[in-house]
Amino acid sequence: MNAGTPVVTPAVRMRAIGKHFGAVQANRGANLVVRPGEIHALVGENGAGKSTLMRVLSGMYPPDAGVVEVGGRDVTGWTTAQAIAAGVGMVHQHFMLVPTLTVAENVVLGREPMSTGTFDRRKAERDVAELSAQSGLVVPADLLVADLSVGEAQRVEILKTLYRGARILLLDEPTAVLSPPEVSELWKVLRRVRDGGATIILITHKLDEVMAVSENVTVMRHGETVARMATREASPEEIARAMVGREVNLAVWSSESTVEPGRAAALEVRNLVVRGPRVDRAVNDLSLLVAPGEILGIAGVEGNGQTELIEAIAGLRGVTSGKVLLGGVDVTLASVRARADGGLSHIPEDRHRRGLILEYSIADNLILGQQHKYARSGVLARAAIEANATRQIAAYDIRPANAALPAGALSGGNQQKIVIAREMSRPFIVLLAAQPTRGVDVGAIEFIHAELRRARDAGKAVLVVSAELREVLSLSNRIAVMYGGRIVAMLPRSEATEEILGSYMTGARREAA
Amino acid sequence: MNQRLRLALEEAVLPPFVALVVALVAGDLLIMAYGQAPGTVWRMLLEGTWGNAYGFGQVLYKATTLTCTGLAVAVSLRAGLFNIGAEGQLAAGGFGAALAGLTLPPGTPAPVAVPLCVLAAVLAGGAVGSVPGALRAKFGAHEVIVTIMLNFIVLALLNYVVSARLHVPETLHTPEIHAGAVPRLATFVNGFHGSAANWTIGIVAFAVATVDWFLFRTKAGYELRATGLQPAAAEYAGVRVGATWLRALALSGALAGLGGINFVLGYKGYYEDGFTGGAGFLGIAVALVGRNHPVGVVLAALFFATLSQGGLAINAMVPKQIVEVLQGIVIIAVATAVPEVRRVLRSAVLRRTRGGIPI
Repeated sequence: MNAGTPVVTPAVRMRAIGKHFGAVQANRGANLVVRPGEIHALVGENGAGKSTLMRVLSGMYPPDAGVVEVGGRDVTGWTTAQAIAAGVGMVHQHFMLVPTLTVAENVVLGREPMSTGTFDRRKAERDVAELSAQSGLVVPADLLVADLSVGEAQRVEILKTLYRGARILLLDEPTAVLSPPEVSELWKVLRRVRDGGATIILITHKLDEVMAVSENVTVMRHGETVARMATREASPEEIARAMVGREVNLAVWSSESTVEPGRAAALEVRNLVVRGPRVDRAVNDLSLLVAPGEILGIAGVEGNGQTELIEAIAGLRGVTSGKVLLGGVDVTLASVRARADGGLSHIPEDRHRRGLILEYSIADNLILGQQHKYARSGVLARAAIEANATRQIAAYDIRPANAALPAGALSGGNQQKIVIAREMSRPFIVLLAAQPTRGVDVGAIEFIHAELRRARDAGKAVLVVSAELREVLSLSNRIAVMYGGRIVAMLPRSEATEEILGSYMTGARREAA
Repeated sequence: MNQRLRLALEEAVLPPFVALVVALVAGDLLIMAYGQAPGTVWRMLLEGTWGNAYGFGQVLYKATTLTCTGLAVAVSLRAGLFNIGAEGQLAAGGFGAALAGLTLPPGTPAPVAVPLCVLAAVLAGGAVGSVPGALRAKFGAHEVIVTIMLNFIVLALLNYVVSARLHVPETLHTPEIHAGAVPRLATFVNGFHGSAANWTIGIVAFAVATVDWFLFRTKAGYELRATGLQPAAAEYAGVRVGATWLRALALSGALAGLGGINFVLGYKGYYEDGFTGGAGFLGIAVALVGRNHPVGVVLAALFFATLSQGGLAINAMVPKQIVEVLQGIVIIAVATAVPEVRRVLRSAVLRRTRGGIPI
């Protein structure tokens, strides 16, 4: 397992790291060796302990056990300030930028160049421009961060870390918010930064990213580091097996639609206009049909109106104009509950904010939205709620199988299983699935995809919105691409490839929908 | 799992307990600063409250009002709203009860008159509570601002109505009610003689049980708590969030209003300007220390009532304001202890499980 033991002093060496949080053992005996000047991928399912290990490295947590060495020096239990001073910098998944400040101001924030007691803006802009040229991270230094695209904002985040003198960069799932072209741009940047002498540790759970950019890969499972391989010598299947601990089917499915010709659409959206938080027409005159027995996938970079579209269909957001028809019935003005009772199931994109009440028990979460069906003259039918929980926990293999546990105590995959169990175990004709596998592990993704296909095969109309192109490609019978609140392309699965969809997603191409 | 459950229980019970210890130590220091022996003063405080029937009756009387206002704040917090208007709602409830008692013809039998007066109190408090509820639901006006300001409006309005229309000359209270008086506990248990404790306590106990049942056993309670914990998830679940807010604040106001009968129907038999005496505001502390749980609220109300009555008992040795300082310390300690206790507990569990490896 220990391929390519380095002869040089490793940039990072972590040995037998243990870290507990309450009863949860996040890391146990985890080992990590990173050579200087390499891009090292740290992969594992959600909850495998990747982020904890990196936080131990960056000084956010002291380890319970084990030794951390950076550049051969024992730094176990150091502080974040010491880590930054020693050139270890973390690029966070969620941007920590001030939108009302310029790029240069954000980069130097906390280490502003001063002249005669005041902020030297010119020097800041000069420094940042210079660093930008050096590292190949091109961003206009005088623009406001608020005006940047997501990809640019991320570059600023990396610049910030470099500005603080980081030689070892930790990137936590950096591609979560990027479009495919932005991702390949990021890889170019990372290679350039590496070529400049930096060491990069990339946390990810996406195998294609590991294959695309890393030299070595360390796999984590259940808090342990279970494998270390040279990427060139490893196959995605091998890495996936190490991540999950069993065989995983990575093949893209050929989706057979079971649409019967001539059947009426189960879900119809007609000329829908929906206001968004920042724009008047987040959904702009959009129409679509989903027939029973098909999965319509909506691809697109996040923030192109997908959220608003799904919320408008679900009744969670008012509609400026247009119509939503559910099973031929106009529900544009119907309440959330009326739509649910009319056959609409909804897996919301943000299970923490919408899909679950984390403090509620698993049993109580399994009736969320159905509470009126589990009450007799206003009083909750406890026995029925418990019986339902027992049934769903068994049917959907929710773990731990204890209905009284708060949902917040479960892993992301198991939380999503609660949502899916709830939405799919009741009668429905249309299923909205928004980012159905976000933040869940590879094993759960397989399960969730199988459930969505099962719904389709049972003659349900399924609308899937996903930022993951692979997911859209592997699930959908037809694929629509959303850009700027409109559907810019509608393709049968057979005609869609990542390249074609990618070009529509960035607005580089459009066709009449 | 067992450990998790125990942790949750410890997290719920420990903060008030820690707060109590902190307050005791602070009390010790204050008492010593006045040159008295803490042990003597504490004993005096306990003897003057739980040690004799009169003192105990007074504690029960004060705790009854505090339970209502505490419950009011707790219900609003469960819905994710902060009702700071319990003071005004309590006064409105008392006034409503008095008005009903004055309107009813003398000699109306108690089984008719008491429920009508209670209803009037609940409706008056509820009406005051629905104002911030409606403004929040319709216009998004922040309930903290509205409830604070409404206190001034309600109290000033009642002051005007009583002093301009309803007062007995030379006083600031209304004439005595004709019907609806609630008997004192002393009429059944002789020992309570002289104390203000009255059968309102039974009505309030029933209200506590009902609120507990409502919050944790009914669909509306499920939806109310869901709204408080995660409004977006409640909305997703088909709950009309605005309507739930309105209902929660109306219920909250009604519970505070119910507290008004303790003084008006059970004690004095009339409405008096300023009878609330801060019990509405203290309700915030009661809800906080009681962790927004009906049972916790009752215990916290008893605790604060003991302090307040105990202040009178120890007045000869130390200034009675000392208990107000203690109240303040308890509130600050609970507010601090919640995250603090969690952190300490977690690291204690950690140490137990890994056998004390030094970091």
